[in-house]
Amino acid sequence: VCIHRVRSCSGIRFIKSKYVCVFDKSALKFSHQQRLFRTSAVSCGQIVQFKLSDIGEGITEVTVKEWYIKEGDSVSQFDSICEVQSDKASVTITSRYDGIIRKLHYNLDEIAYVGKPLVDIEIDASKGVSPEEDVVETPPMSHEEHTHQEIKGHKTLATPAVRRLAMENNIKLSEVVGTGKDNRILKEDILNYLAKQTGAILPPSPKAEIIPPLPKSETVPAAPKDRARKIPVPVSRPIVFSGKDKTEPVTGFHKAMVKTMSAALKIPHFGYCDEIDLTQLVQLREELKPVAQVRGVKLSFMPFFIKAASLGLLQYPILNASLDESCQNVTYKASHNIGVAMDTEQGLIVPNVKNVQVCSVFEIASELNRLQSLGSAGQLGTNDLTGGTFTLSNIGTIGGTYAKPVILPPEVAIGALGKIQVLPRFNGKGEVFKAQIMNVSWSADHRIIDGATMARFSNLWKSYLENPASMLLDLK
Amino acid sequence: MVLQSSLKNCLQLSCILRTPKAGFRSTTSGSLIIQSISNDVYQNLAVEDWIHDHMNLENRQVLFLWRNSPAVVIGRHQNPWQECNLRLLRQKNIKLARRRSGGGTVYHDLGNINLTFFTCRKKYERMENLKLVVKALKALRPRLDVHVTDRYDILLDRHYKISGTAAKLGRTNAYHHCTLLCNADKVVLSSALKSPYKGLKSNATPSVPASVKNLFEEDPSLTCEVLLDAIAEEYATQHQIDHHVTLINPADETVLPGINNKTKELQTWEWVYGKTPKFSVSTCFNMVYKDSVLDVKVDMDVKHGRIEVCNIDLPEQWLPPALSSELVKSLTGSKFCPNETTTLATTLLRVCPQDEELQNRWNVLCENVVTLM
Repeated sequence: VCIHRVRSCSGIRFIKSKYVCVFDKSALKFSHQQRLFRTSAVSCGQIVQFKLSDIGEGITEVTVKEWYIKEGDSVSQFDSICEVQSDKASVTITSRYDGIIRKLHYNLDEIAYVGKPLVDIEIDASKGVSPEEDVVETPPMSHEEHTHQEIKGHKTLATPAVRRLAMENNIKLSEVVGTGKDNRILKEDILNYLAKQTGAILPPSPKAEIIPPLPKSETVPAAPKDRARKIPVPVSRPIVFSGKDKTEPVTGFHKAMVKTMSAALKIPHFGYCDEIDLTQLVQLREELKPVAQVRGVKLSFMPFFIKAASLGLLQYPILNASLDESCQNVTYKASHNIGVAMDTEQGLIVPNVKNVQVCSVFEIASELNRLQSLGSAGQLGTNDLTGGTFTLSNIGTIGGTYAKPVILPPEVAIGALGKIQVLPRFNGKGEVFKAQIMNVSWSADHRIIDGATMARFSNLWKSYLENPASMLLDLK
Repeated sequence: MVLQSSLKNCLQLSCILRTPKAGFRSTTSGSLIIQSISNDVYQNLAVEDWIHDHMNLENRQVLFLWRNSPAVVIGRHQNPWQECNLRLLRQKNIKLARRRSGGGTVYHDLGNINLTFFTCRKKYERMENLKLVVKALKALRPRLDVHVTDRYDILLDRHYKISGTAAKLGRTNAYHHCTLLCNADKVVLSSALKSPYKGLKSNATPSVPASVKNLFEEDPSLTCEVLLDAIAEEYATQHQIDHHVTLINPADETVLPGINNKTKELQTWEWVYGKTPKFSVSTCFNMVYKDSVLDVKVDMDVKHGRIEVCNIDLPEQWLPPALSSELVKSLTGSKFCPNETTTLATTLLRVCPQDEELQNRWNVLCENVVTLM
């Protein structure tokens, strides 16, 4: 009966949509038509007023706090419709029917009354009001073969075929835990659930999966030859990927990063890389770690890298400069505010250690501890995050050797530190020894910095780190 | 991967919980008393969700006992900015959680015990549960003046609130949980639950503040352990089961499959802050900059925890209009969150004119706007 009506509504295309969920390929082909079906079809089913059922404790009115569905959405029996609140109790109202939501009787924060209509649901006329009968598949919600439903605010993914299998066996989808991607309920999950109940493994039944039960008055309508076959068991299982693309707007911090990185691209970068032998520094740090610990500070390698960089900047101040927008003037910054790239939940944050040129290695370590704990708690302040003049990025803690770091404007140079690896190297006597090797990758603004300057700075920085005792000579 | 099927009958949980001694008694009524070994508010709330979603409570009921390390728990439809001092929470590392039941905001610490009564939807009955608690208290100390109000609070000495209630009803199951103040830190409690945020307009469920008192103050021998024991005893009696409390580990996936996902969800920003009903902030503040004090007016509409509409009124030309509109544009769509705003503003500064004065003004303005969050 329904099909006749549908046919008269908008022609032969709609007949095909009935088989959409059965043949995966056809779903994609007819996705366009399905949308037409939904937007232009005249209401062909019966509209049922779903009343707000008794909450208990003699409660007669509740406040509608959240709608999980909107008009036009498709719902299945037991899907969550809305959340209402009454006197400290939050109640999840679930649908008694399968169908399409045609009207919401209340807006948010309105008072709803027990026993009065909550939503109007258009259910399939052919199956009547009783929810226990076998269900003809409901039209897909969006232009895909899968119906997405929400149960208690969680999306439960299952193909209409799986849903039918569950329905035929009186299984509530909410009781089955899906093992597919995104907790999708697969046919196997239903079968396993059944097996546990009946004590037997049911053979996969192609019939149950493929044939939608037609109302008796119907004949199979004229359609292309594929549709007329009863049991088209596929020879090889088609791989069905039902993941959905997710688009979200770029906002907040990420939007700001887009701006910054786009500006950074305008800077002509050149790169310079080198290898540093940290064998001596590793040993020195081992000796100093407990000393710092006693003073309540965790000592990593970064304070040494930072201090060495500052000593280098004293000799090559152009690397601690800033070029104005019109490229007319170069400002040599007096303070060495060295930024340390930090990986937080939000993404890449770069707080900086102020005035490294007058700080001891220990003070830098202490400051780093403070910045790190604030960073992981998401509590860094504006002062810590602004005013940087030069940046070091220790990507090696995550991994990698060489990198191509991007300069953070308004700075003109940046260094990326790879991981420390134990590698064989030759010493002065031509013997092979175990060396602690780290790679550094510098990027600099080629408009005001030339390769030679960068190389010399890097060599100086490298010499301080390879021979930490030499730092003592130049420490301020 | 075949273990999901028994969730309906909670086979696994029952298997582990069945002890030889209690076996014969517990199978008759089947009710259970379980206690969490964790003090993590998110893990414990996840256990509630798990039991609510997966256990078949047609023929049995469950009492769940739990305590949390310092945390503020807001009701499902509440506004955290309205309910508590978020700044203080961050400073003192007090967690913020949103539960799935309705009701108002509470402060938890180890001196507070939480009781959750799980039943099927039909047997949902809050008064009975609270009367059970009062009965247990009176059995311990007959002279204790405690009674249940019609707002489902428990009052001590007719005046002080020692317990608050909230509930969640689903399709087949329901739960009613309540707190009980034994020995909580009242100083932190009152400062945590006092919101400093002005100019908020919202339809979120407001909390009803009340004077509180610890049972410990009334009688120092009433510790959390003593109270938990008394309540479990009363529950066991009324449900005709052994007074046997089963310990449960909220991180154990084998006993509670899927629990870690539930715990994670409860910790997401989208749940804790994003579920706040739409609200607006409309306020003026005095911004101190160098030697002057300036009036700044801020209007924001916040939906799903994100700034939908933003307007900042500054004294004329204090910031170049291009800069202030850039700030407003960037704030629109971003989270109503101090960390997000700070990182956003400081990152944007990199592409602003490198004028020290301008940059200082920008920073001061942003710091002030952040205090609203």
